[in-house]
Amino acid sequence: MLIDETIASLANKLKKKEISPVDIAKECLKQIEKQNPKINAFITQVDSKAVLDQAKKIKLTTPLSGIPYVLKDVYVTKDLRTTAASNVLSDYIPQYDATVVHKVNSAGSILLGKMNMDAWGHGGSTENTDFGPAKNPWDITRVAGGSGGGPAAAIVSRMCSFAIGEDTGGSIRNPAGWCGITGLKVTYGRVSRYGSIAYASSFDSVGPTAKTAEDCALILQHIAGQDPHDATSSPLPVGDYLSRLEEGIQGKVIGVPKEFMGEGLDPKVKKLILVAAQKFTDLGAKIEEVSLPTSKYAISVYYLLAPSETSSNLARYDGIRYGNGRDKFTPETMRRIMIGTYALSAGYYDAYYKKAQQARTLIIKDYQKVFTKCDLILSPISPTPPTKLGELINDPVKNMLADIYTVTTNTAGIPALALPCGFTRSGLPIGMQLQGPMFSEEVLLQAGYAYQQVTDWHVRKPQL
Amino acid sequence: MFANRNFNWQMVLGFEVHIELATLSKMFCGCPADHFAKAPNTQVCPVCLGLPGSLPVPNTKAIKWCVKLGLALGCDINLFSKFDRKNYFYPDLPKGYQITQYDIPFCHDGELLGHKIKRVHMEEDTAKLQHQGNATLIDFNRSGVPLVEIVTEPDFVSSDDGILFLKEVQAIVRALGISTADMEKGSMRLEANISIKRPDHPRLPDYKIEVKNVNSFRFIKKAIDFEVNRQIQLLESGQTPVQETRGFKEATGETVSQRVKEEANDYRYFPEPDIPPLQFTKAQIESWRKELPQLPAQVQEELIHKYHLSPQYAVIISGNQEMYAQFLKNPSKAMADALVNKRPVQTTPVAEVNQEVVNKILAANPKAVADLKSGKQQALFFLIGQVKKQLGNIDVSLTQRIIEENISK
Ligand SMILES: [Zn+2]
Repeated sequence: MLIDETIASLANKLKKKEISPVDIAKECLKQIEKQNPKINAFITQVDSKAVLDQAKKIKLTTPLSGIPYVLKDVYVTKDLRTTAASNVLSDYIPQYDATVVHKVNSAGSILLGKMNMDAWGHGGSTENTDFGPAKNPWDITRVAGGSGGGPAAAIVSRMCSFAIGEDTGGSIRNPAGWCGITGLKVTYGRVSRYGSIAYASSFDSVGPTAKTAEDCALILQHIAGQDPHDATSSPLPVGDYLSRLEEGIQGKVIGVPKEFMGEGLDPKVKKLILVAAQKFTDLGAKIEEVSLPTSKYAISVYYLLAPSETSSNLARYDGIRYGNGRDKFTPETMRRIMIGTYALSAGYYDAYYKKAQQARTLIIKDYQKVFTKCDLILSPISPTPPTKLGELINDPVKNMLADIYTVTTNTAGIPALALPCGFTRSGLPIGMQLQGPMFSEEVLLQAGYAYQQVTDWHVRKPQL
Repeated sequence: MFANRNFNWQMVLGFEVHIELATLSKMFCGCPADHFAKAPNTQVCPVCLGLPGSLPVPNTKAIKWCVKLGLALGCDINLFSKFDRKNYFYPDLPKGYQITQYDIPFCHDGELLGHKIKRVHMEEDTAKLQHQGNATLIDFNRSGVPLVEIVTEPDFVSSDDGILFLKEVQAIVRALGISTADMEKGSMRLEANISIKRPDHPRLPDYKIEVKNVNSFRFIKKAIDFEVNRQIQLLESGQTPVQETRGFKEATGETVSQRVKEEANDYRYFPEPDIPPLQFTKAQIESWRKELPQLPAQVQEELIHKYHLSPQYAVIISGNQEMYAQFLKNPSKAMADALVNKRPVQTTPVAEVNQEVVNKILAANPKAVADLKSGKQQALFFLIGQVKKQLGNIDVSLTQRIIEENISK
């Protein structure tokens, strides 16, 4: 299949006119028609005729030109329904394009649709959605992960080339791990959030999801940078993600935090992380055990601060302006709104919100300290392989704990790359994540690229 | 005035003043800020409509103007500051929260005419509700317009005292050129917090009445005086006034209950995560301080000490730039009387200022010239005085212009 190839390889063939954008688009549309009914990755599909018309007209100006992509349905798209997977916005048509959408469209990529997710980002399994759960292409009795399950499932089942995901507490990395693809959670502020429907403003980050680290580097090169519409976007110059991709990790020190490898971690997952660590040693890196003592508070911190922000961010869906009322929120979303409202209330603010902010500062300091000893941190993404449908959504506490290794990253604002590192004996994909200091995307992508040169987990695809 | 009638009670009066800034664009988006008499909902965008995904980007000019107003009101400036969210539901608030400043306002602890100013902070205006029959329409042109809130201590003891202060605030805002401070158009809005207590009672009363939506100085004075008498009557008949917001009926001169506050609102304030905290430098604040124009207080001091006008006259004349210029043409008690009481001005001959005289005086006073060149306005008045000594009754503004032209050559 054409769509098995990397973006760079497709771009090269397009340039040489060996293939046309229409060829790629047709292949994706066919695959969507065939696979999506089983997977339920899409919430809204762009009309096929419109996709093909666009493919015919596209000018090849960048390596992303003519490449079909999808969006987590949290990005507003002008004149195209955007729901955040919630019935509250079931028929909402935005007035404008998110900055990242504008950038990718301007680069010439072709949008195929808006993808399934946990409503508002509230979840880790794409079951908290009003459009039916997305299913794991490796085993459709299991979840695709979340909150961005739709984009990840679509990529691994070859319905598109790449996706723009959004990661608040693991929403890019968790589904990447459970679907066997590659996803990058960028440094807070590296990519504009303008037009991303806010879950928790100080945690939300916009990033690429694709098959490989190389693809992610290419996409990031196009979407990173300061945006006059986002006051929290960083003025720091954009890195050289692509041209420095092959620099390797010789001499780099990779820390493995003992807190991420202990109790609660499935032994199958642990074993694969240790095997991956050995691979990095083979590539010239040095593995060292490190400690993040405050990481044990991360879940508590995250589940106080993120709901606090969401309780405020979702206040605008008051039933006056967007057609549907608050009764359309799901129980999981109502739970988060209520936790947040409580944590911000007079008399509780100091004990909850403020305390959590103070703990957040300690977590940030912990990371800063660790990064004086190592360049990157290697850890699992999720404590278990993909769960059965219904397992997480019916157990709110278990649902929260599924995020235990991912929420620290967003709490600290640092970047992390998720990539596949093997399979369980029953054929379920397992992922690992590399975390780095603020704005270390270059190094993360170099490490991911090096690893994917000597492994083939990322090229495997499910037999649907 | 009521104190003369009733020595048993003392007024506790404080103000909240809202000033809409006359910046070109709104506080957090690029829409025009001037919304007066514009067709409804024609100056809106995703940000000021609070549409999903939109983000606020603060208007740096509005922030600077807010700080300059704080400086003009004698405030200290917080070098580290931030915005906060004030969460509440109202149809005129599209995000479900207002971006404002909670615990670290830009400016705090000022003083004006002997009254303490608690804080001066920056926030966004809400949309405007228009009631038409059974329907309420919302105009978002005003949503997100930069709004400065000035909060005083409740240290006013008479309505006259209050009005003098409010007029001074208006004059300062106008002198800074940051707002028209027009009450009829709503670019200056007053809220009086009124209660009364026994003079020997050390603490503030445990209730307070807010009087809102009064659009002239005359009416706010009437409202305050009415309210004080109403409260005295209630207290003297053994009742405690209900904590509430009251409006003012112009026709009857009475205040009327609008909304009773049953319990304190919980606004669940928290730091606005969409806007990074702000950090000013001392040098930045000092350079803004240097940009402050001659403020009404300085003009008043001149009017009181140099021309021996009463404080009341000084406030009125300094608050109106045209009046001030007129006065300077013939700075006399008669002129002040005429201007304040709007009597026809008896014209007096004004000596022609000739270039030669000015040149001579400039040549004779090199130090004053140097001072003026380095920005010391006092030197200008000194030089004008010298010209006056030579020529007697002169046209002061003309003289000033000639001096300034010479200096800038
Ligand atoms: Zn606007």
